[in-house]
Amino acid sequence: MMQMTGAELILRLLERQGIETVCGIPGGAILPFYDALGQSDTIHHVLARHEQGGGFMAQGMARVSGKPEVCLASSGPGATNLVTAIADAKLDSIPMVAITGQVPLPMIGTDAFQEVDTYGMTIPLTKHNFLVRDANDLLEVIPEAFRIAMSGRPGPVLVDVPKDVQCQMVSFEDYPPVAVPNALPEVDLLAIEKAAEMINAAERPVLYLGGGVIHSGASHLAVTLAEQGGLPTTMTLMALGTMPIDHPLSIGMLGMHGARYTNYVLEEADLLICVGARFDDRAIGKAAEFCPRAKIIHVDIDPAELHKIKTAHIGIAGDVTQVVEALLPLVQVKLREPWLAQVADLKERFPLAKPDLDNPRSHYGLVQAVADALDDEAVIATDVGQHQMWVAQAYPFRRPRQWLTSGGLGTMGFGLPTAIGAALAAPERTVVCFTGDGSLKMNIQEMATLAEEELNVKIVLMNNNSLGLVYQQQSMFYGKRPVASKYKRAVNFLKIAEGFGLDAVDLDTAENPAATLAEALQRPGPCLIHCSIDREEFVYPMVPPGAANTEMIG
Amino acid sequence: MSMVIEREAAAVTKVVLELEVANHAGVMSHICGLFARRAFNVEGILCMPLPDATRSRIWLLVFDDERLEQMVKQVEKLEDVISVVRHGAEHAVFERLEAFFR
Ligand SMILES: Cc1ncc(C[n+]2csc(CCOP(=O)(O)OP(=O)(O)O)c2C)c(N)n1
Ligand SMILES: [Mg+2]
Repeated sequence: MMQMTGAELILRLLERQGIETVCGIPGGAILPFYDALGQSDTIHHVLARHEQGGGFMAQGMARVSGKPEVCLASSGPGATNLVTAIADAKLDSIPMVAITGQVPLPMIGTDAFQEVDTYGMTIPLTKHNFLVRDANDLLEVIPEAFRIAMSGRPGPVLVDVPKDVQCQMVSFEDYPPVAVPNALPEVDLLAIEKAAEMINAAERPVLYLGGGVIHSGASHLAVTLAEQGGLPTTMTLMALGTMPIDHPLSIGMLGMHGARYTNYVLEEADLLICVGARFDDRAIGKAAEFCPRAKIIHVDIDPAELHKIKTAHIGIAGDVTQVVEALLPLVQVKLREPWLAQVADLKERFPLAKPDLDNPRSHYGLVQAVADALDDEAVIATDVGQHQMWVAQAYPFRRPRQWLTSGGLGTMGFGLPTAIGAALAAPERTVVCFTGDGSLKMNIQEMATLAEEELNVKIVLMNNNSLGLVYQQQSMFYGKRPVASKYKRAVNFLKIAEGFGLDAVDLDTAENPAATLAEALQRPGPCLIHCSIDREEFVYPMVPPGAANTEMIG
Repeated sequence: MSMVIEREAAAVTKVVLELEVANHAGVMSHICGLFARRAFNVEGILCMPLPDATRSRIWLLVFDDERLEQMVKQVEKLEDVISVVRHGAEHAVFERLEAFFR
């Protein structure tokens, strides 16, 4: 017979689940759990400086490891601060378990100090959530939270635990089994056969890969499928890295800021094989005009994604690994010379323009210079804005989980804490966070966490002293009337970084910027690398919001 | 004019959804939130615990518009929803209740 408090029980269940690092901030309603955490020999707590930062650190760990990771917050403002990181994890299908403190049960509903309805507030943002009303339920709820977070389409789960439940004594015989993901859905072999027939019969097929390929660990299988079937392959923002960008069959990223040729190839396709992607509007533009000539095969683990935006001719609800494994023996080896020649021709006529690529103080040049100084083992995170799109377009991604970006929610402030999380999960890797001056300010306090943990994170700041992507949209679509997108004063980020205890270098004043950059990237430990970028540099091409992908500007 | 007729035609096609769900405090919020977010009109709701008390049955009366299929899939995705069955509007459950709404 074992006896312990609810708080200790949560801790033991996390340990048994293999959790080694948790991120968060304490506060009154979660203090019993923090007290228990202090007794753990195996779990390292990383003290974030804002709960949103803690949430993104957990995400960074999960995006690198593929396993659910844990963040913590107290009740009230702690929980409300965490909300953005949870919503972000939901939209990008990232497995995460958030544990929040709550006011004691008898005080729920009385507008008690630091009471908010965390459960109600997070219903639409989580894959599932729990309010634990009895510590005995923790034996079931905690493993369930992990099982749900990692089963099928991954996602965030929140467990709200009132303070008195954390203090309640529980007696039990045995710990529950460690949570494992649900069994995968059975593969519909008939649909697979039909899909293979369609692939074999197609003349101009395109493979369209999404983040689900990475979640399923199926990148190499997807590449094999492409090679076997002679399939030109495009990737969503979330899928960058599934196929190495220099693979002959890669046609790069599609969508709003994809290369012209990529969107033109899709226009010509007679068959679209969508694998682990969800026809997001930023990827497909105006849905009715996307791939107008193509039949569609859609593979997704989430049945609700099938036929949601585009009706598929064949929808297969299944795990990408299993589906592609079943497809491979049925897909004929094809060279598809005429189609690949047509693709090559489009690529040559409408490539992605990357002006000034060899100048490390230009936007594309800086991205290239960072890539030149690193190998494929590095992890590349970004914030949200023009800099994010320039990195997506120009960085040579070659492996899954190399690239961490906020795709679905597009959250400024994502970059730095996510990069910290990545470094916590993979301390042997160099982690680069490409950021903008607007985004960096949204979680800049995490520089303190970074300095404290002494992680190998390099912040590459592309500073245009503006909310560049907003300025771009106003310049292009709002009659060149910038409103609230240009900062009136500049911030001295170098001094700020130094104030937080980070190393800092300025490429603006460096005699040899490429060398200064490479040295900074190679020196172990955290560093801010600052570079000014011309505010008038825009992300091209661009599909105007709501337009068809073929109506690109630039 | 044709708008009005179409709407009336659509309005006659109703569907009764029978959900079996885990019986705890948050289930209704999860389900109603899905419909409200999509402005999907729910004409009637009925919920009672089943004899074994760990489960409840929820009856929903909804319009059969082209989003219903997606709506049902979203409901099926909820962790606490065990099953969803579709019935025609002629199902007795809401008809018998009508007496209480006169
Ligand atoms: C939290 C949040 N607020 C607002 C936005 C809208 N938004 C998108 S990009 C952007 C500007 C980003 O500026 P910066 O980080 O400097 O990047 P830049 O575009 O200049 O490279 C804004 C305000 C957002 N994506 N996230
Ligand atoms: Mg900026």
